[in-house]
Amino acid sequence: MLRFVIRRLLLLFPILVGLSILVFLWVRALPASPAVSLLGERATPESVARIERQYGLDKPIYVQYWRYVKTVAEGDLGTTIRSRRPVTDELKERFPATIELTVAALIFATVFGIPLGFVAAKRYGTWVDHASLVTSLIGISIPVFFLAILLKYVFAVKLGLLPTVGRISVLIDIPHPTNFYLVDAILAGDPEAFWDVSKHLILPAIALGSIPLAIIARITRAAVLDVQNEDYVRTARAKGLPPRQVDIRHIFRNALLPITTIIGLQTGLLLSGAVLTETIFAFPGMGTWLVEAIRQRDYPILQGGILFVSLVFVTVNLVVDISYALINPRIRVS
Amino acid sequence: MARSSWRILLLFATALVMAAGCGGSDDNASEGGGKSGGTLVFAGAADPVSLDGALVSDGESIRVITQIFETLINLKPGTTELEPGLATDWEVSPDAKTYTFSLREGVKFHDGTDFNAAAVCANFDRWYNFKGPLQSPSASYYYGAFFGGFKKNESPDASPPLYKSCEARNPTTAVVTLTKPSASLLGALVQQAFSIASPTALKKYNADAGTLDPDTGFKPSGTFGTEHPIGTGPFEFVSWTREDRLVLKRFDGYWGDKAKLDQLIIRPIADNAARLQALQNDEIQGYDLVEPQDVATIQGDDNLKILDRPAFNVAYVGINQKKAPFDNLKVRQAIAYGLDREAVVNNFYGGRGVVAKEMMPPEVEGYADDVTEYKYDPAKAKQLLQEAGVKMPLKVDFWYPSDVSRPYMPNPKNNFEAFSASLNKSGFKVVPHTAPWDPDYLGRVDEGTAGDLHLIGWTGDFADADNFIGTFFQDYSPQFGFRDPTLFKMLDTAEAEADRAKRIDQYKEANRRIMEELPAVPYAHTKPALAFRKDVNGFIPSPTTNELFSTVTIG
Repeated sequence: MLRFVIRRLLLLFPILVGLSILVFLWVRALPASPAVSLLGERATPESVARIERQYGLDKPIYVQYWRYVKTVAEGDLGTTIRSRRPVTDELKERFPATIELTVAALIFATVFGIPLGFVAAKRYGTWVDHASLVTSLIGISIPVFFLAILLKYVFAVKLGLLPTVGRISVLIDIPHPTNFYLVDAILAGDPEAFWDVSKHLILPAIALGSIPLAIIARITRAAVLDVQNEDYVRTARAKGLPPRQVDIRHIFRNALLPITTIIGLQTGLLLSGAVLTETIFAFPGMGTWLVEAIRQRDYPILQGGILFVSLVFVTVNLVVDISYALINPRIRVS
Repeated sequence: MARSSWRILLLFATALVMAAGCGGSDDNASEGGGKSGGTLVFAGAADPVSLDGALVSDGESIRVITQIFETLINLKPGTTELEPGLATDWEVSPDAKTYTFSLREGVKFHDGTDFNAAAVCANFDRWYNFKGPLQSPSASYYYGAFFGGFKKNESPDASPPLYKSCEARNPTTAVVTLTKPSASLLGALVQQAFSIASPTALKKYNADAGTLDPDTGFKPSGTFGTEHPIGTGPFEFVSWTREDRLVLKRFDGYWGDKAKLDQLIIRPIADNAARLQALQNDEIQGYDLVEPQDVATIQGDDNLKILDRPAFNVAYVGINQKKAPFDNLKVRQAIAYGLDREAVVNNFYGGRGVVAKEMMPPEVEGYADDVTEYKYDPAKAKQLLQEAGVKMPLKVDFWYPSDVSRPYMPNPKNNFEAFSASLNKSGFKVVPHTAPWDPDYLGRVDEGTAGDLHLIGWTGDFADADNFIGTFFQDYSPQFGFRDPTLFKMLDTAEAEADRAKRIDQYKEANRRIMEELPAVPYAHTKPALAFRKDVNGFIPSPTTNELFSTVTIG
């Protein structure tokens, strides 16, 4: 197991190097440069050329790349072009926002998705099963941005129950040592702030989690159906084990394997940034950060940000693989 | 087993309902803090870049800077007329090279230091002495655009400096001397790039410090623009949490009418629909950049209202004369007659646009009422093409930007389609091209690779004809691809003309020539809209979009 983990971690290095080269080349292949984006309608060929020289964009690509590698080696991901701040500073603000949103969405998706799928499997063929199928289909089919706007319209604008934008009310002021707003609220000992941050997470979590919920429900249902017809389940029942124990110890535990895989994949996808949800809710996460950077050709953000996201994705997959072995000791990681 | 599954389901359903219900009615009170306590929350579309006026050119930074800093000369609110600001009076020498400013007395910066002539000269000298990355248009765009170069130009592209020196003759008299005559200095000084900052703070917080590393870009290392922007304005800076809020509070030591609000909070919300919903939910009490399609919704809502800015922009169809036959005047005239501009303005501007007949809005001095006009006339267009000797239909590559809405052009695609249809009826054959606005389309227009015709526009920076037609046509540019020495000279002369009446006449002449030679065909001026809660009063929209919140009240 340890060898497995070490080997996977070592693989990280060539992956990241390869990715960094790809991203570096790709952003520079896009038409127009950050200079034009900076100046907008005020761009003139001379001013654009001056700014490009300023950022060393007129040098050959390998020169630019080598300089970039040198700075990254010193732990410096560069300075953003648009806001003139260190990329790492912005990363430290954006990533926790995405984590909070992702975790909230996943909690929503699993807390409702797994029972939904479980009950559907237990009630196979009945109206409960069909209803869960329809719900899943709706969940997958509804465009996320449409669901987001609808949720905002119903729960915020019409019912006035929840806020529509941001991570926290502008009228609440707490320090942000961690940038995980829920944690910051706890550290500040401010229950009102904690509740306010939670309220800001509810609608985005539902919108973002709608698709994972549908997928998790379906996978759970399929997995449970699969497992409950296995021999060892029949044996357990024949032995006289109470139904609840059969459900939990045998059916659920074995069904967890494919469910975990799916949750892991969903996590990776969600962590890469849920752009649409973030945009509609003005939730300042990685998604909007990267998409804005693409539009504005903010090379340092793209290079540092995409590299970081890849790192996260690979790590999450590693964790999922390791968790297989924990759930089912018979599985040998290799 | 059956019952337990049901119980689980029921439990979750109840939990969901309870969670939603727990929202409670106290939400609106805490979100809608604008109703009580004099705090206004206003949403722009993005975070500011920096609060150092000399080093920014984006609207969001300028919005905040306008509240904290002041300039020597102001615009009368809601207009483009000049009025005293930090300078109460001024005198221009006959050769238009020396400007003597009488300064307001008893004014203090937010840090308690005195505003005086020494402070004014410290600021002018600071800009003049910019080095390294600060000389780049990505930093000091507006200084460069008006004053040209610096004391020691580091780039071969920089022009010679227009600024020569500043003398603090006595604490209330500052004399600014230029290297060449300029008649537009006064108008230009209203821009936030030339606001007066506390010299003490500039030095203490290292306003000019920063590195330019080709690998890491321009990294400002001082904290003046991010944590200590100290000016003389009606609001002072409290705090700035990126992507969340920027908090200002009333400056009680302000020399003029103190702000009515206790607190002003600016928050960035990029998505238009999100801004509207936040306003409807009273999480913000006002926002800028209202989409035309939302105007009706807002006007139909009893809790909201729309405010109009006076038109200060122009939308136009640019013509690139690099390729024949577009360098032929008759062809350009045919284009002008072949564009149904009235239909576009009437149909796609929600009643908020007027047809433009020249390349600057009527509010700007130098506007000529008697320019040649081109009413939509397909027959005339065809006749002109025939006279020009081109084979009809004349193929024309016509570019428009996708995925953007500009104040002067809310829906480029609609405009494009209508114009294409009218051109196709007028002896042309339009070949459509599109690209994302930022930066692809902008880059093409700038380089002159956006076909023969392209849709674009301009919002004025300050109320001066030079800022419009001077920017477009004072020199050769790849965007328009033509050389007209007569026009270039007319604009050069007018820019330097010190006599106001003469200057107005010269610009009128220039406008007449432009509408005869048709390097571009203007088609719209619009009134961009802002949205507010009904109980927000006292906001005076400005054509240049620099509005003060000090006169605003809530409830």
